[in-house]
Amino acid sequence: MNKIFEIPLYPYARSADQDAAAPARHTVAVVGAGPIGLGVALDLAQLGVEVVVLDDNDKVSFGSRAVCYAKRPLEILDRLGCGVPMVDKGVEWNLGKVFFDQRQVYEFNLLPEDGHKFPAFINLQQYYFEEYMVARVREMQAAGKPIELRGGNKVTHVTPAVDKVTLDIDTPDGPYQIEADYLIACDGANSPIRRQLGLEFVGEVFQDNFLIADVIMEAEFPTERWFWFDPPFNRGQSALLHKQPDNVWRIDFQIGWDIDRAEELKPENIDKRLKAMLGDVSYELEWSSIYTFQCRRMEKFHEGRVIFAGDAAHQVSPFGARGANSGLQDTDNLAWKLKLILDGTAPETLLDSYDIERIHGAKENILNSTRSTDFITPKSETSRIFRDAVLDLAEKHDFARPFVNSGRLSVPCTYDGSPLNSADALPQGPARSRPGSPCADVPLGDSFLLSRLGGRETPRFTLLAIDTDAPDSLTVSGLDVAVLRLSAQDAPLLADRYLGTAEGAVYLIRPDQHVAARWPAYDETTVTAALARAIGKEQ
Amino acid sequence: MAKLNTTRNVAGADDVYQMLIDAHEGLSKAESDALNARLILTLINHIGDGEVIAEALALAKG
Repeated sequence: MNKIFEIPLYPYARSADQDAAAPARHTVAVVGAGPIGLGVALDLAQLGVEVVVLDDNDKVSFGSRAVCYAKRPLEILDRLGCGVPMVDKGVEWNLGKVFFDQRQVYEFNLLPEDGHKFPAFINLQQYYFEEYMVARVREMQAAGKPIELRGGNKVTHVTPAVDKVTLDIDTPDGPYQIEADYLIACDGANSPIRRQLGLEFVGEVFQDNFLIADVIMEAEFPTERWFWFDPPFNRGQSALLHKQPDNVWRIDFQIGWDIDRAEELKPENIDKRLKAMLGDVSYELEWSSIYTFQCRRMEKFHEGRVIFAGDAAHQVSPFGARGANSGLQDTDNLAWKLKLILDGTAPETLLDSYDIERIHGAKENILNSTRSTDFITPKSETSRIFRDAVLDLAEKHDFARPFVNSGRLSVPCTYDGSPLNSADALPQGPARSRPGSPCADVPLGDSFLLSRLGGRETPRFTLLAIDTDAPDSLTVSGLDVAVLRLSAQDAPLLADRYLGTAEGAVYLIRPDQHVAARWPAYDETTVTAALARAIGKEQ
Repeated sequence: MAKLNTTRNVAGADDVYQMLIDAHEGLSKAESDALNARLILTLINHIGDGEVIAEALALAKG
């Protein structure tokens, strides 16, 4: 067997910490080497923050699991140096079709906007996603970045204190301890750390099961997302077909609540379902699993020096691809803030804005994914009657189609109302670039705007001046602000995405490429105040 | 000449759909049916135009 998820990529190796007389001190310890744990570790290490990642496993994700990745997380990964391999390997798709019984009732096109480096969506097995992130860890290590990945290290207990967190770790060589200034728990929906600390994780439980079958086959299906409500091959339930790289097809069958898991997972029973759906095709079953889900979140995303990110902090249904995609927006939001706090440039209270902004994001994701789930799995007879009525009408009548909900796909979160934002001083600018928004990409000759914005080696803010004056350089509160002067004459999409009807504009852009403030022209006092606000030093 | 508006006319379709489904939460089938009947009559009054109602009925009957 030589599947990538069967090869130990970060096998257990004894660390010097295990022989230390006293627990070794680290700056940041990350628990969990999934996409979120690796994401935050790469971001921190790139910023020069010493980080150790601990995982009880030593391989990438077993099976494809999260397969849909949206533009925004790909942009985030590009800032971390591993977005391009994902897209090179991934399958791009734009078209989705919805079937009710045997009829196609609805079709949507993601209609990707021109002028972006990254596509709207790619499908990629989570094991590849993690493999490329691990490869990036190795590259960073080779370049001398302070990042370590320890497989076979199971964190069994955490002890938070005012100025540090102590971790008890079990290994094949026995237990040891380390200390860290901060602990980031990316240990998944069942987060043992969250449980140990007794932190609440409340929300809605959905009484349903979904069977995933990843099959390898040569198939004629187009590269589209196909969703069925009540198809002949899965009566009264739903099904999903989606293409992944290497001729792997993701098939999800809704199978209801009262099931015998072991029976459902028998290859002969999966085979019956697949034959009913696909006819008499030959295939190889790569991976199968049954999942249930909940939509819930923590009340707070950090408790002192223990910070939660990804599924550990919030869990959604899979409809809409809002799990891993939102988790990477957590890490994007967190890394630069932690760096500024560790440097003493920003107050510790800046971490409160991580909770505010990402709870805002989690609420949005939970609302959308709950609605999709309620549409896919109606909870009452009346709810099902309305759902079926929508699908019936949608086949012939366009007006009913906006009500069809087979998943509202992940879109980047705009931090409206964040305390880090300054009031919008450019109302004539496009709403999409208002304070709190993630910057939209724009082609700049043979490069792209996002490649020139945001923090990489430093938690860098950018002052973007379009067709207006700005100083050559700027240092505020000990932070060097990068100044980028551009003209809409050279890049017409800048006008569309950043000027609106304004003649010129100045944007203050955070290290995570979100807009902190914008104005029609540069003014040192206002920019200085906005920057102070954006790092949690509200005057 | 058709008077019924069959173009998309609801801003925030997901919000409105949730409002509808939430209104039925916890009701028996009979209670839901009664709520739907009251809702339809209320909306008929709001529309107020017999021709529009006739066209909507024809559309719904398919």
